[in-house]
Amino acid sequence: MKKWFALARALRRNGVLGINWRNAEYTLVHNPRDRYPLVDDKALTKQLAAKAGVAVPELYGMIEIQQQVGKLPQMLKDHWDFVVKPARGSQGDGIVVVTGRSRTLYRTADGNLLDEDEMCFHVSNILSGIHSLGGQSDKALIEYRVNFDPVFEAITYRGVPDVRIIVFLGVPVMAMVRLPTRVSGGKANLHQGAIGTGVNMATGETLTAVWGTEIVAEHPDTGSPVSGVQIPKWEILLEIAARSYELTGLGYQGIDIVLDRNKGPLILELNARPGLAIQIANQSGLNTRLARVEQERHKLKSVADRVAFARERFAHAGPIIGPASTGAKLVVN
Amino acid sequence: MKRTHLYVLVALLATLGFAVFFYKAVVIGLPLAPEQQTAVWRVEVRLRFKGQGGAVRATVQLPQNTGTFKVVDQSFVSPGYGITTAPQGPNQHAVFSVRDASGEQTLYYRVVVQRSRWFQDTVSREPLPELTPPAFEGAELVAARSITQAAIRQSADPATLAALIVRRLKEARPGDEASLLLGGQPTVARLVRVAIDLMRFAGVPARAVNGLPLEPERRHARFVRWIEYYDKGSWGTLYPAESKPETLRHYLPWWRGSAPFITVSGGEEAERSVTTSRSQEFSLRVALGHQRELERRLVAYSLFGLPLQVQAVFRTVLVVPVGIFLLVILRNVVGVKTFGTFMPVLIALAFRETGLAWGIAFLALIVAVGLAIRFYLERLKLLLVPRLASVVIVVVLALVVLTIVSHQLGLQRGLSIGLFPIVIMTMTIERMSVVWEERGPAEAFQEAVGSLFVGALCYLVMNVVLVEHLVFVFPELLLLVLGATLLVGRYTGYRVTELRRFRVLAR
Repeated sequence: MKKWFALARALRRNGVLGINWRNAEYTLVHNPRDRYPLVDDKALTKQLAAKAGVAVPELYGMIEIQQQVGKLPQMLKDHWDFVVKPARGSQGDGIVVVTGRSRTLYRTADGNLLDEDEMCFHVSNILSGIHSLGGQSDKALIEYRVNFDPVFEAITYRGVPDVRIIVFLGVPVMAMVRLPTRVSGGKANLHQGAIGTGVNMATGETLTAVWGTEIVAEHPDTGSPVSGVQIPKWEILLEIAARSYELTGLGYQGIDIVLDRNKGPLILELNARPGLAIQIANQSGLNTRLARVEQERHKLKSVADRVAFARERFAHAGPIIGPASTGAKLVVN
Repeated sequence: MKRTHLYVLVALLATLGFAVFFYKAVVIGLPLAPEQQTAVWRVEVRLRFKGQGGAVRATVQLPQNTGTFKVVDQSFVSPGYGITTAPQGPNQHAVFSVRDASGEQTLYYRVVVQRSRWFQDTVSREPLPELTPPAFEGAELVAARSITQAAIRQSADPATLAALIVRRLKEARPGDEASLLLGGQPTVARLVRVAIDLMRFAGVPARAVNGLPLEPERRHARFVRWIEYYDKGSWGTLYPAESKPETLRHYLPWWRGSAPFITVSGGEEAERSVTTSRSQEFSLRVALGHQRELERRLVAYSLFGLPLQVQAVFRTVLVVPVGIFLLVILRNVVGVKTFGTFMPVLIALAFRETGLAWGIAFLALIVAVGLAIRFYLERLKLLLVPRLASVVIVVVLALVVLTIVSHQLGLQRGLSIGLFPIVIMTMTIERMSVVWEERGPAEAFQEAVGSLFVGALCYLVMNVVLVEHLVFVFPELLLLVLGATLLVGRYTGYRVTELRRFRVLAR
């Protein structure tokens, strides 16, 4: 018991944000309830971003009612690869990434083959709301599969790596690169086993990574070191993140950006309740940074101001915890 | 600012809850524990006389202002008699009457009293009644004047005056003024009457009290008499027969003044007897049987005023908030992962029907069957709602089979599971299968075990007899639970599971 209190005190001292604190002081205070649908429904997010001139993956088609499911093969006919996702899915549930075909079968990112019936069934399930928040009926989006920038090739196992940036009052405060692993089935979701690397906010260089709750130095599947990778067009990423505040009106949000080889940074989705594992990836507490933004928010008017503030103040300063021997052990996994 | 608002609200809720709880526990005397027993005294008055073939009217004094005792129950047993009760001066008496009575007649009056631990009765604060000063004449006047003047000189207030007068009367020697007033061979009753006369003569309102010594088993209890005098707005007592005032606690004041205990007209009184006995009763029954108007109304407007069937439902319903509070703690402070928000509490309610071990075994079995069916249906590519419905139907069938089998095996427990919430189980199955597919069996089992663990814990707390008793008898305690829940709503510290999750950041 005493040990726990000591642990809690140490976490508080390091400015680590807990889920209760996040909900009570950030999401409940800074995120107006009526803005949630904008980010919970990816179709809406897409429209919004397109209107604001922010690049998003192209929407090939949308299926809204069961009767349309029959038209799915017709809709998919022209696309060699694509992504099917629920508009209101949470935590990456229900997303199927099709990387190619083998005759009539669809080949998914995790190496499975789906036939037409299975694909239609999956879409039906999406429509009936099985993956959506609260189980409401849903829409299925079929969109462009990101042809990801080779920069992360050495540290990605299939799937699409993305950059998650936490934005508070328009200031990018912390970022991480989420890298799919074999365990995550090609999905860039830490819950499902993807790894996340911290990012130096000043330079856009990756730091050490977290896998589950452990610190790792190498990608568990490829064995390449995850730190020291420069994210291309970092300045643009920060700008997109800073602008997302005006886009949604949510004070505290997470923005997921993918880097496409040809199209550059694209907004994948926005999240009104972004997870807290990003702190482990960065080995740094969010609370300290959030408090600093809140203190100086009056000075931060323009997008340029906020990006400059983030680069100046949130450069990674603290020492990086040594990867110890965990990296090697985890590769075996 | 928000915090202050919350704290004020919580303080209000807590105060209100505590105040009502305190009133009910202390003033009405509702017991804090379900099987708590209270010592009560039963007094039975039996009156036997011969009827002379005409109208009979018998009056019996009733205990009313009983000081530290309160009347919990009273009854009259008198076949054929009409009974009316009426106030008479400071007292209350019952009149037994009948038009035609001949032969042996027996009337009973029974009363149950309980010592009130906390509260004095209103008797000590009663207003001053009209008390006529005595008219002494001749030698008595001289004697009375002499005794009272001496006592007034040596005393400071009514209490000391009373004590001095009583001492003077007790020390009476043959031939002196005191014995002139008392007469030869004075009884305590006579002494009390004279003392009261003298006090009134001295200008201090005083009256006699007739009371009963309460003894565990006493077949022929006798009334004794003592003095009450009025002093600065309240009545004080003086008991002349004993020196220690504490013994008064064991005397039940019955009626005041010198009126007789029983009068019978139209009959030849043969025998009267007063019996006292002590017994233990369940506190709840005693408290609910109160005679005072306000308390009776409060009981009528509590859950005890409802039909028994409804009461049984509320015994279950009222423990739900306790379970939910526990769930809130486990989810928001500890950080246990569960299926759905309140699913574990519903599981706990189901366990109340089946018992814990059987409930867990049963739930595991049904969920396993349901999951197998669910994974099989997956291959048929059914839409969500029909698929859920199919699982419900299979769950119902599985319930039927299990119940019949367990009955044939002679397991009585098996029969109580019919009330197991079927839909809850179906949702559990569905949630679990989705989690299973999306996040793998490990996560599914983690959440399943979490739900079961929280459910079992809620069940254990909700099933504590004391908890059930407290929330049923004192539903206002739920205001405290509400206050505590509101406070947890602003708990912004780390969850216990987060300490583990973020431990690498604690350097």
